[in-house]
Amino acid sequence: MKILTPMRVLSSLSALGAILLGALVVGLTAGPSGLGVGEIFSVLGDRDAVGPAADIVLRVRLPRVLLGALVGACLAVSGVLFQAMLRNPLADPYVLGVSGGAALGGILVLSLGSAVGLGYEAVPPAAFAGCLLTTAILYAIAGANARASTTSLLLTGVVFNAFASAAIVFLASMAGLTESASIFLWLIGSLSSIRVEVSGWVAAFLVLGLGSTIPLARSLNLSALGGESAEQLGVDIDRQRRIVLIASSLMVGAAVSVAGLIGFVGLMIPHLLRLIFGPDHRLLIPASALGGAAFLVICDAIARTILDGRELPVGAITALAGGPLFLWLLRRYHQRVLS
Amino acid sequence: MTNAALCFEGIELKFGEREILKGVSLEVPEGAVVALAGRNGAGKTTLLRVASRVLRPSAGRVSIRGAPIDGFSRRHLAKELAVVPQDTPVSFPFRVIEVVLMGRSPHLGVLGFESRADIALARDVMARVGIEEFADRSILDLSGGERQLVLIARALTQEPRILLLDEPTAHLDLAHRVAVLDLVRDFARDGRSALVISHDLSLSARASDHLALLAEGRVLDCGRPADVLNPENLLAAFGIRADVIQAPDGSPLVVPRSAAADAMS
Repeated sequence: MKILTPMRVLSSLSALGAILLGALVVGLTAGPSGLGVGEIFSVLGDRDAVGPAADIVLRVRLPRVLLGALVGACLAVSGVLFQAMLRNPLADPYVLGVSGGAALGGILVLSLGSAVGLGYEAVPPAAFAGCLLTTAILYAIAGANARASTTSLLLTGVVFNAFASAAIVFLASMAGLTESASIFLWLIGSLSSIRVEVSGWVAAFLVLGLGSTIPLARSLNLSALGGESAEQLGVDIDRQRRIVLIASSLMVGAAVSVAGLIGFVGLMIPHLLRLIFGPDHRLLIPASALGGAAFLVICDAIARTILDGRELPVGAITALAGGPLFLWLLRRYHQRVLS
Repeated sequence: MTNAALCFEGIELKFGEREILKGVSLEVPEGAVVALAGRNGAGKTTLLRVASRVLRPSAGRVSIRGAPIDGFSRRHLAKELAVVPQDTPVSFPFRVIEVVLMGRSPHLGVLGFESRADIALARDVMARVGIEEFADRSILDLSGGERQLVLIARALTQEPRILLLDEPTAHLDLAHRVAVLDLVRDFARDGRSALVISHDLSLSARASDHLALLAEGRVLDCGRPADVLNPENLLAAFGIRADVIQAPDGSPLVVPRSAAADAMS
């Protein structure tokens, strides 16, 4: 493997960009209506397109595919950032309890919202508020001091997740049949009831997250050999932890608030890309954005088409497809290393 | 005020109620290798962490060529001073060449892609340290000794004026110990300086210009190794009786007595 150069970053990201484009086309064509690639491109190329095909492409599939890409990118980027910050390759976007907070906020509205006149449209803001609150608590307890061990940050997250899970089980057991079905769908993660107007927010948080953490990529590499060692090489480790914690929490919150708890993307995509491209975060962070986006769009296309006339939650597909794929890659990697 | 390459003046530091450093004053002159010895827990590593500003002393100050390090930016300090830790945790499978190139970080921009000159420097340092043959191996696959050599190469690639080494030979075989200490001597030859913590008194006496003995958070004695390494100082610093004999090249050799021999005498 060669040393990372701007040209290698560019060529790797171009390849992933092409894969993402392919995934977007698959996402747009997948569905029961039988629209071909040609029809889809003619609708996309025509500003004044009207009719059933335009409705399907522009109102149903395009927003869903784009939001799926944004959610996948947010989850994968926050996964790689949490793994780097915690120096733990087993960390995922949900490890610090931010997702637990967001889920609790969303499920509070799903289960009790109707009693106070709140509909489904209040779920994303409530989930996001839950995420912000959890981030603030984490930051107050363990985030402000990078010298506090990463273990204390991890433990805070684990405890908070356990608390949120217990509260969710309590709320779910109190909820009626309809609410329980919504809660189940939300917990497993789904793109089936997305709202177009939230895409802009998710995109804004993704851009903010990437914009604030890509400049830290090199210092995240240095942190892989310990925080103290990174400090001795000129890294402001407190500032690094603050930015990574806030940026990745906001991206997780944005993703969870619109799509629920989609598992495996944030754990698997960074691992997979690390096996292919190496551990350098200057490539790994943007690559995770593209890889996570492509992966979730493909998984969502499968979720929409694998059963005739029925749709599976995309979270079930990410876990079903992701688990075996990940194990296969890990095995291949170990065989390569041993040989 | 002194213009020594590195100067500690009255450094005091506590961990909770425990006083670790109780007014340490020590100078590392330009072009010199200073060895720092003392029993476990004497405060040697803590002193190195104070010099690299990972720890802030409660009293006293550290200066580089007369300028207090508190006024240095982190990046500036990293250009002046490189640290070779005893060991380091590694979480991801970076290759050896990538780890060595991390030493160039203080000299690079935000995204910090290394130039051809940086890569050539890293390869040259790796050849000098003797690790060029495993440049492409993952650091996770290396032994403790090999990993220590990689960290030494990373520090040299940093091109600092001052090198701080915390037991750099702890995991190394005899040949590599001599090679590493020769590298440190070469490093100091053109006006740069090194402060080396070592438990191998005889070997560090051979490689250093000055030797400082640290005991209970204070400098017990500092000077030419042949003057500092005497039975009285060794008893005070380590609590053991030892003979100091002369090697053929004139450097002192420390021969500890066993408790049984002590009793007989």
